Amino acid sequence: MIGYLWAALICISVLTAALRGDMAVITPGIFSAAESGVKVAFGLIGTMTFWLGIMKLIESSGMMELLNKLLRPLARLIFPRLPAGHPAMNAILMNLSANVLGLGNAATPFGIKAMEEMQKINPLGETASDEMCTFLVINTSSITLIPTTVMALRAAAGAANPADILGATIIATFSSTTVALCADRLLRKKVKRK
Amino acid sequence: MMGRVIDFLAVWLIPLLIVAAIAGSLWRRVDIFDRFIEGAKEGFTISIRLIPYLVAMLVAITLFQESGAMEVVKSCLDPLLNRFRVPSEVLPLAIMRPLSGSASLAILADILERQGADSLIGRIASTMMGSTETTFYVLTVYFGAAGVYRIRHALATGLLADLCSFIAAIALCQIVFG
Repeated sequence: MIGYLWAALICISVLTAALRGDMAVITPGIFSAAESGVKVAFGLIGTMTFWLGIMKLIESSGMMELLNKLLRPLARLIFPRLPAGHPAMNAILMNLSANVLGLGNAATPFGIKAMEEMQKINPLGETASDEMCTFLVINTSSITLIPTTVMALRAAAGAANPADILGATIIATFSSTTVALCADRLLRKKVKRK
Repeated sequence: MMGRVIDFLAVWLIPLLIVAAIAGSLWRRVDIFDRFIEGAKEGFTISIRLIPYLVAMLVAITLFQESGAMEVVKSCLDPLLNRFRVPSEVLPLAIMRPLSGSASLAILADILERQGADSLIGRIASTMMGSTETTFYVLTVYFGAAGVYRIRHALATGLLADLCSFIAAIALCQIVFG
């Protein structure tokens, strides 16, 4: 998919340049863009280094466990049919907490674990259960408070305050997750299980 | 009111999170400096690992801009998009975002470079990127791990969430930064 898009971008560009009789822009464009790709990556290093250090401290600070407790009632509300104390619930909570704190690397293993546990009690076999769809919606809609890479990119591009988009980002994230959860509830009955 | 909340989060959230991370780790008697360095060491490799993706995508998107192809797309869609006050510059990002994290990062880098990080379009694009996930990637990894093949409405709701984030990003940024 991504390969086709990439190929389309390049082929359409060359074709457009040819039609406009402006082929001279293509080759220099390639060289300067390739170089700026490296510059962008190097611009990220400082912010990424610091924030990955902080992320380790967030992991060891006990904040995830605290967040687990805070999110538990909410998770019960979202996954009412998961048996209390089922290992899937714990994995879901760890995944959500890690995601909220922006610990993407920590969140994925918990997410996979949650999926595997839910599959064990999935009555539909190879068809995703209601709970699995709901869990996925939360993960695909993003619930992260701190978009690290975006801020690093903004810092590298010379933003006065790279974090100024944080408030808008959090509200956008929150509203899209809410809408997606509602849509999930409506659609799960409509989309047949088999 | 909304503006206040947004300003507050932008200024306070990161310092508070850092202090909480340090205080919590001290409380649990973690060797915080070692822990910090352990994580920070990965910053270089993670950034460098992005280079092939960034170069591949930046070349493609730069050619698309320089060749005039973007102009053509813009002039076709502007009448429609302008009615909803959507800047057409963020359209490539919206299309790529659910498909590939690193490719959309390259597009965001290109937008920030061309429009400026503190421009309205730069901020809209940053908010769009930060408030969404790579939907197709998440679907593949999680359902793949569980061995599930029929995903029902999960893709539809995932893409709906992306669309909502985009609309919210455009509306919020125009209210707060416009």
